[in-house]
Amino acid sequence: MTAEHFVLHVNGEDREVLDSWLGESLLSVLRDRLGLTGTKGACEQGECGSCSVLVDGDLVCSCLVMAASAVGQRIVTIEGVAPEGAPDDVQQAFVDAGAVQCGFCTPGLIMAVHSLLGRRPHPTDTEVREELAGNVCRCTGYGRILDAVERTVQVRERR
Amino acid sequence: MPVLVPTTLRETLVALDDHPSATLLAGGTDSMVEYNEGRARPSDTVIALSRVAELRAWRHDPAEATLRVGAGVTWTELMEVPPAALVPALAEAARTVGSPQIRNTGTLGGNVATCSPAGDGLPVLSALGATVQLASPEGERSVPIDELMIGVKRTALRPGELITAVTLPVLEGWQGYAKVGVRNAMVIAVASVCVALDREAGTAAIALGSVGPTVLRAAEAEALVVAAIDWETLAIPDDTLTRIASLVSAAAQPIDDHRSTADYRRHAVGVLTRRLLGRAQSTGVTS
Repeated sequence: MTAEHFVLHVNGEDREVLDSWLGESLLSVLRDRLGLTGTKGACEQGECGSCSVLVDGDLVCSCLVMAASAVGQRIVTIEGVAPEGAPDDVQQAFVDAGAVQCGFCTPGLIMAVHSLLGRRPHPTDTEVREELAGNVCRCTGYGRILDAVERTVQVRERR
Repeated sequence: MPVLVPTTLRETLVALDDHPSATLLAGGTDSMVEYNEGRARPSDTVIALSRVAELRAWRHDPAEATLRVGAGVTWTELMEVPPAALVPALAEAARTVGSPQIRNTGTLGGNVATCSPAGDGLPVLSALGATVQLASPEGERSVPIDELMIGVKRTALRPGELITAVTLPVLEGWQGYAKVGVRNAMVIAVASVCVALDREAGTAAIALGSVGPTVLRAAEAEALVVAAIDWETLAIPDDTLTRIASLVSAAAQPIDDHRSTADYRRHAVGVLTRRLLGRAQSTGVTS
């Protein structure tokens, strides 16, 4: 199998990737080669959204991105949204709303909410549901997640 | 580098000339699933198409009344105006594809290349009479979509050939897409239908997805629509709608599988057609 060597721009830094296999996903490279394990992997077929990251500002499933094809693009993972120990407004709203239970879906959902509110600062309830449809949560029943989005919108309005 | 990331069509064709057996990677939403699960491997060279400028562009030609959509245009982009206003059925189909994440990466060209029986864009392309532009180091050609789709995940693409664009007519009339799945989001079509009514040409197209090896056309039902429709109001008498729905069901060639039964699918395409023709009528004179 071909070993690949390339550089990815992740969370504002150039990160060297050594010995990637040809066709390896961005999810696998982030977690197993770069140690960025905040991004979760579950279905590896784009169904669950737990591996969501931003590539050049677009929300994508990192399991469906061939890592070596993302050279030169700006990749933002959950580790890149806020400094460690200082949650950003979306993360804080998830905590305040009790939208985190087992926590496995949370990083992907945080990325999805960032993507949504970046484009639509005042989404309707239907828009929120449609935009988060690609992120599966098996604990919360989604009510508190929708609440967390609403709280974030309110916090940003007061700023 | 075994993964090439060209940014122009010229570079892409040079790369294809150098590596005729290269794997072409569009959005990756189909092929990466295969690689992740180890069911398939890319060949020794991968040409990633997501940053080829010509493939990412669309162009409306009002004089020709066509919209040329680059093969790398994503579903998210097709949901947005202007393309969504020019080919609304394609925008409706785009909105039913996967999730926002999938729609941000999945492309129209990839949908054509994969040629799944359930591909959401394909009934729309067939109903609208799209042509697909292909390029290879040897040259270019243009193929009607119905000739390009030849079977379950099989196209008439030749080795070393690349889908560059899909050209769609901008119709005066009405068009719509509807699909049945197990829920409202993130579903593969159990059955789907696109109806296109071309007021200028006086023609109707009804294309069915997920009920055959590839997209099927309901020719007898189309003829009955043309015979019965009031082109002013797009109204069709109720008893005729019932006959049209049964002709559509009869045109389907569905199978039983883990997603649904043949009986249900046959029934569903009739219901969806009736629903779409009802919408055409209720939206009335303007498209």
